[in-house]
Amino acid sequence: MKLLEYEGKEIFERYGIPLLRRFGVLRPGEKPDSLKLDGPGPWVVKAQVLAGGRGKAGGVKLARTPAEARELAGKMMGMKMITHQTQGKALTVEEVLVEEGCEVAREMYISVVLDRKEACPVIIASAEGGMSIEELAHTSPEKILKVPVDVEAGLLDFQARQLAFDLKIPQKNFRDFTAFARQLVKVFTECDASLVEVNPLAITKDGRLLALDAKIVTDDNALFRHKDLAEKPDHEASEIEKEAKAIGINYIGLDGDIGCMVNGAGLAMATLDTVKMAGGDAANFLDVGGGASVDQITRAFQIILKDPKVKAVLVNIFGGIMKCDNIAAGVVEASKKVGIGVPLIVRLEGTNVKEGKKILALSGLKLEQADSLWEAAQKAVAAAKP
Amino acid sequence: MSILLNKKTKLIVHGFTGAQGTFHAQQCLEYGSNVAGGVTPGKGGTQHLGRPVFDTARDAVRATGANASLIFVPPPFAADSILEAAAAGIKVIICITEGLPVLDMVRVKKRLNALNAAGGGVTLVGPNCPGVITPGECKAGIMPGYIHRKGSVGVVSRSGTLTYEAVWQVTSQGLGQSTVVGIGGDPVQGLNFVDTLKLFQADKQTEAVIMIGEIGGAAEEDAARYIKAEMTKPVFCFVAGKTAPPGRRMGHAGAIVEGSAGTHASKVEALKKAGATVVDNLSEIGAAVAAKLKGKSKARAARK
Repeated sequence: MKLLEYEGKEIFERYGIPLLRRFGVLRPGEKPDSLKLDGPGPWVVKAQVLAGGRGKAGGVKLARTPAEARELAGKMMGMKMITHQTQGKALTVEEVLVEEGCEVAREMYISVVLDRKEACPVIIASAEGGMSIEELAHTSPEKILKVPVDVEAGLLDFQARQLAFDLKIPQKNFRDFTAFARQLVKVFTECDASLVEVNPLAITKDGRLLALDAKIVTDDNALFRHKDLAEKPDHEASEIEKEAKAIGINYIGLDGDIGCMVNGAGLAMATLDTVKMAGGDAANFLDVGGGASVDQITRAFQIILKDPKVKAVLVNIFGGIMKCDNIAAGVVEASKKVGIGVPLIVRLEGTNVKEGKKILALSGLKLEQADSLWEAAQKAVAAAKP
Repeated sequence: MSILLNKKTKLIVHGFTGAQGTFHAQQCLEYGSNVAGGVTPGKGGTQHLGRPVFDTARDAVRATGANASLIFVPPPFAADSILEAAAAGIKVIICITEGLPVLDMVRVKKRLNALNAAGGGVTLVGPNCPGVITPGECKAGIMPGYIHRKGSVGVVSRSGTLTYEAVWQVTSQGLGQSTVVGIGGDPVQGLNFVDTLKLFQADKQTEAVIMIGEIGGAAEEDAARYIKAEMTKPVFCFVAGKTAPPGRRMGHAGAIVEGSAGTHASKVEALKKAGATVVDNLSEIGAAVAAKLKGKSKARAARK
C-alpha cells in the first residue's frame, strides 16, 4: 500500500527524521480558512497524490502570503493531475498539504528498497536528486550508490560514514546525515516497508539537512502487525477494489469489456494475456483465491458486474484447492442471485471437473462451456462484440 | 530419477490438524505419498488421519525419521515453522502458506544461508507455492494429483494454477513429468529458477524443461543467463503478465512491474536470446514440448 507524502512524514517524524514544519492538511469538505498558517513564510502548497512529477504538473506551488497559500490550496483541491507516472490517467487531488518553504542549495536522492536477488534491504543513493532516479540509472548508472543492509543489524556506522563521504555531505551536516540514514533504514525494517524514498533530500541555503518529500510503500502481507497502517485508507484502490479486498478477493479494474474470474494470480494474468491475444480486452484482473466458497464466487460475480463496461464474463478455473463442483455450484447459485445479464463463458479443469461440468450443463443456465483457455478466450471475445 | 522428492521421501506436515493441513495431507496420502505424521504444538501424542501428531518438528523427526516438511501454518507463524523444520534436520522444506511478510523471508533466508554455508544442505521451496510433485512417487503440495503422469518433462513455475495448466497440456499430449516444482510468487523465496534448472539439468530422467515465469523481479533474466551458459536440455517458457498495467501488484507480491524493471518484454527477449523457446499463447506450450520430444524419440527409433 502506498502512503501519501504527509502520512509518510508523520512516520518520519516519529523516527526523528529532519523535516520542514507542516501547517496542516486540507481534506475534502474542509475550507482553506481552517488552515492555521503562521510564521514568516513562504508557504509551500502540495497536492497529495500518489505520483512523482507533481511539480511539473502544477501540484506544488509557492505562496508568499497566508492568503495566497489558502487560495492555492483551495484551487488545488479536486484538481485533476496527469504526471509522467500516472500512465496518462488523471488523478484527482483530494488532500493538500501546506508546509514551510525553504531555499534549497543542493538536492540528493536516497531510498531503501528490497534487493530481491540478495534478499536484503539496500540503500540506493545519488548525489544528484530531484530528478527521476530511473532516468539517472539509465543515463549515468555510475552516479548511483548501493549499500546492502543487514535486516537485523540495520545500517552500520561505517556504512553510514562511507555513504556520507561518497555523497560529499558537508562537514557541518555529517552527523545529521549518518543519523538520518540509520533512521531511514529503521523506518524500512520496523514498518515492514517495501520502499522508503526521500527525493529530494536537501541541504538548504541556511545549511540544514532536510527530507523534503516522503514516499513509503508498505508490505500488505505484514499489516497484521501494524494496526496503525492497516487502518489507513488505500488511496490507490478504487471503490470496487476496496470492496473486493474487504471480502478477500484480489481485484484490479482495467479498461476492457470482458470481465474475468480466475483462480490464482498467475493464471489470472495469463487469462488477460490470452483474451488480448484473441482480440479482446479484459475489464479486470480477479483472483478468487484458493479456498473460495459459493458465497465468495457470488460476491466475485457481483463485483465484476458492478463495472458497467462488462459485456461478457469469462470464468477460468483450474481446480486445485478449489474443486470444480464447488465452482460450478457457485456459478449456478450466483447467477440465480445476481442475474447475470451478459453472456457467460465457463472453462473448468482440475479436481472434480466432470461433476462441475455436469452441474453447469444441468443447471438450465444460459452459458457456454469451453475445454481450453484459448477456446474460452475466443468465445468470450466473440460474445462481447456488439 | 527425479528431483527433490522420490519414493523414499518421508513427509511431516506442519499445521497438520488445521483445515488446510487436514484436507491436503489427506489428498497427499490418497496420492500415495508417505506422510509420516504432523506437527501441531499442544496436540502431541494424539492421532490425526491415522498418523501421529507431535508437538515439535524435532520430536517428529526423531520418532519417524522424516526428511521433508510440508508447511500449512498461517502467515504470522510460517517463517518460524520453516526454521523449526531446518533446525530439526529436515532437508527439503516446502512452504505452501501464502502471505508471509517479505522481511520475515529475508530473515529466514539469512539463517538458511548461514546453515547451508556450514554444510546444512537444506532446500526451501516457497513460500506461497503449490508445492512439489514427482508423479507416481510423492506429492507434497496442493496440486490435483490426477493431472500428472510420470515422464521426462521437468516443470518449474512461479504460479500455482498456471503450473497445473502447463502440466495438464503435457499430460494431454501423452507425455509426462519428471518433477513439477512450484517455486512460488513471492519476491524473496527459497529455490529459484536457476537452482531448479540446475537440478533438472543434472537429472537423468528429465529431457526437457518447462519454465513458467511472470512479470516482476529479474528471476527470468537470471534464468536466461544460466540457460545460455549451462543448459543443454531444451527449455520452453511462458511469461505471464504481458498486458498487466505497470505499478500494480497482480495478486502475487512479486508480480509487479516497477519502472523499467521486471517487464514482460525484457524477460521474453532475454529468454529468446538464451535459446529458449518462448510461447506467446499459453495454450501452445504442451504442443511445443511434444513436437520437440516426439521428434527426438522418432529419431532415436530410426537409429535403432
